[in-house]
Amino acid sequence: MKAFDRIDGLVVPLDRPNVDTDAIIPKQFLKSIRRSGFGPNLFDEWRYLDHGEPGMDNSLRPVNPDFVLNRPRYHGAQILLARENFGCGSSREHAPWALEDYGFRAIIAPSFADIFFNNCFKNGLLPIVLDAGIVDRLFAGTEANEGYRLTVDLPSQTIRTPQGEEFSFEVDPFRKHCLIEGLDDIGLTLIHAEEIRAFEEKRKAEQPWLFIGNGK
Amino acid sequence: MNTRNLYDKLWESHVVRQESDGTALLYIDRHLVHEVTSPQAFEGLRLAGRRPWRVGSVLAVADHNVPTVGRESGILDPVSRLQVDTLDANCEEFGIQEFRMDDVRQGIVHVVGPEQGATLPGMTVVCGDSHTSTHGAFAALAFGIGTSEVEHVLATQCLLSKKSKSMLVKVEGNLPKGATAKDIALFVIGKIGTAGGTGYAIEFAGSAIRHLSMEGRMTLCNMAIEAGARAGMVAVDEKTVEYFRGRPFAPSGEMWEAACAYWRTLTSDEGAHFDAVVQIDAAQIRPQVTWGTSPEMVVGIDGQVPDPASVSDAVKKSGMEKALQYMGLEAGMAISDVPVDKVFIGSCTNSRIEDLRAAAAIAKGRHVASSVKLAMVVPGSGLVKKMAEAEGLDRIFLDAGFEWREPGCSMCLAMNDDRLSPGERCASTSNRNFEGRQGAGGRTHLVSPEVAAAAAIAGHFIDPEALQ
Repeated sequence: MKAFDRIDGLVVPLDRPNVDTDAIIPKQFLKSIRRSGFGPNLFDEWRYLDHGEPGMDNSLRPVNPDFVLNRPRYHGAQILLARENFGCGSSREHAPWALEDYGFRAIIAPSFADIFFNNCFKNGLLPIVLDAGIVDRLFAGTEANEGYRLTVDLPSQTIRTPQGEEFSFEVDPFRKHCLIEGLDDIGLTLIHAEEIRAFEEKRKAEQPWLFIGNGK
Repeated sequence: MNTRNLYDKLWESHVVRQESDGTALLYIDRHLVHEVTSPQAFEGLRLAGRRPWRVGSVLAVADHNVPTVGRESGILDPVSRLQVDTLDANCEEFGIQEFRMDDVRQGIVHVVGPEQGATLPGMTVVCGDSHTSTHGAFAALAFGIGTSEVEHVLATQCLLSKKSKSMLVKVEGNLPKGATAKDIALFVIGKIGTAGGTGYAIEFAGSAIRHLSMEGRMTLCNMAIEAGARAGMVAVDEKTVEYFRGRPFAPSGEMWEAACAYWRTLTSDEGAHFDAVVQIDAAQIRPQVTWGTSPEMVVGIDGQVPDPASVSDAVKKSGMEKALQYMGLEAGMAISDVPVDKVFIGSCTNSRIEDLRAAAAIAKGRHVASSVKLAMVVPGSGLVKKMAEAEGLDRIFLDAGFEWREPGCSMCLAMNDDRLSPGERCASTSNRNFEGRQGAGGRTHLVSPEVAAAAAIAGHFIDPEALQ
């Protein structure tokens, strides 16, 4: 996983609530058995004027000039500014994979859907919850100023605007640690393998019916 | 003050260890796997040289990509086929039990789990699928996870998680005739919103919930995720216990008695604390129909499409305007004037035997309207299909002009060939009406099986009770 420390990035505003994971990456692209290459199909139905299918040469497809990601002033954006309940819907990790593959490193919104929020941290993507009033001001700032950038500093948990305003944000200490260090948490969990095994043995003795199945 | 709610009990009984910040290592009893969210997890195991911690806890079935017709010729779409073949190969390599496409037990993972007794009360159940909340109907702690977490559970039998807040949704009273578990779910989401449950695990309780069958409780818990909740659950009662008698993965003999005794403790203690409480009067719940592109955009069958002009919140108003434009609807239109092009009865929300019986009761002796291009019934599993056929439901549907298909996720998310064309409008018993969910440009209205069947007959939305 890519480590996350501090970024200074261009901001793109996606001004709609309840952006769901079907919109972030439509289902036809979930058929891939790989983890990478989803970026060109991020927001596929909004981004292109034709219907996208896996295997198409996306550089030849007609783009929707009205969709915010396609506006030249937002090219190269690393920070996505969004509205409430971003990432609702399915558990598909293809959604953060697509956002990350496109080049996003952080998403700012008043609220996120739970599974999507979890999935972001596993992929070096930082979801930041800010008060809806602050998000409104950032939307206004982004739309009014071409080239609007924000500095996201994870160690100090702050966001800085070009005007020098600072907003602090919350992040779970364990997730923060893993993100800054780029840690794979399976390895961390397996440090406790003996404890897990002991728990499992006790469970098996007390509730043997949980271990029926194919007997393995 | 040592009272605990159901969620407290389920959570506490699975904590292997807990850090000072509240992050817990949670033991997972059952891991359900399907083809879409697992290939990268198995690949991750392979790359790290790891093996599954306990293969007996894993049950796999392909459901999203499987065709619902012409199975004898296999999966024609090469990309879909590769994903299903990859699941088969991974299960083979790691020794995981899988119900393959030609197995009568194959079906939608959330139908198959309970049907086999692979989901049991008191378990933690995870799956790389948001609708895992379904299994909470059996007083299990069940939730959807992403692919990285699928790999984590495969490798460690645990998940790193923090406890959510608890919400009690209490539905008291009798449902009016024609209203179902699906209508309770949509009504609750309409009331608290699609983010209303974010950060919470919801327990559904009250007399209306007690009256629901286990199938109905599954429908309700299935949709808890559409309210944003981490999990939905219902306490154990005698219906829960009876459901598992004789199921293949369920205990028997002495072990059955011991299990039942434990299961009966899986209820919230009298006076237990909840972080939020929502009270619903069941008598207010009419059959529901969604009009927009989020499950919270919902009204009663006798209602009208709402007017964005009546809403003051700018973000909400613009969301409604975008939804109306996408759905091709005008504010103020009566829901019963909205015509449908296709009807889909199926999905992990409503494809169980009871759903099919309810739809068949509406379809019996009637015929699908000539204006409806396709009305299809997709059973949730091969066993549901077999049972329905033994009861003659397939004949009722076929005689009425419905198509009778093979089990799978089908047109709920259109990963196989079952999908809407741009602009087509569908009465669907599934769970999400997002833009493009059932096919690019397709328009989805979420309803109960009864309302879907009635819409197929009438050609437009109609209260099933009013059907001539």
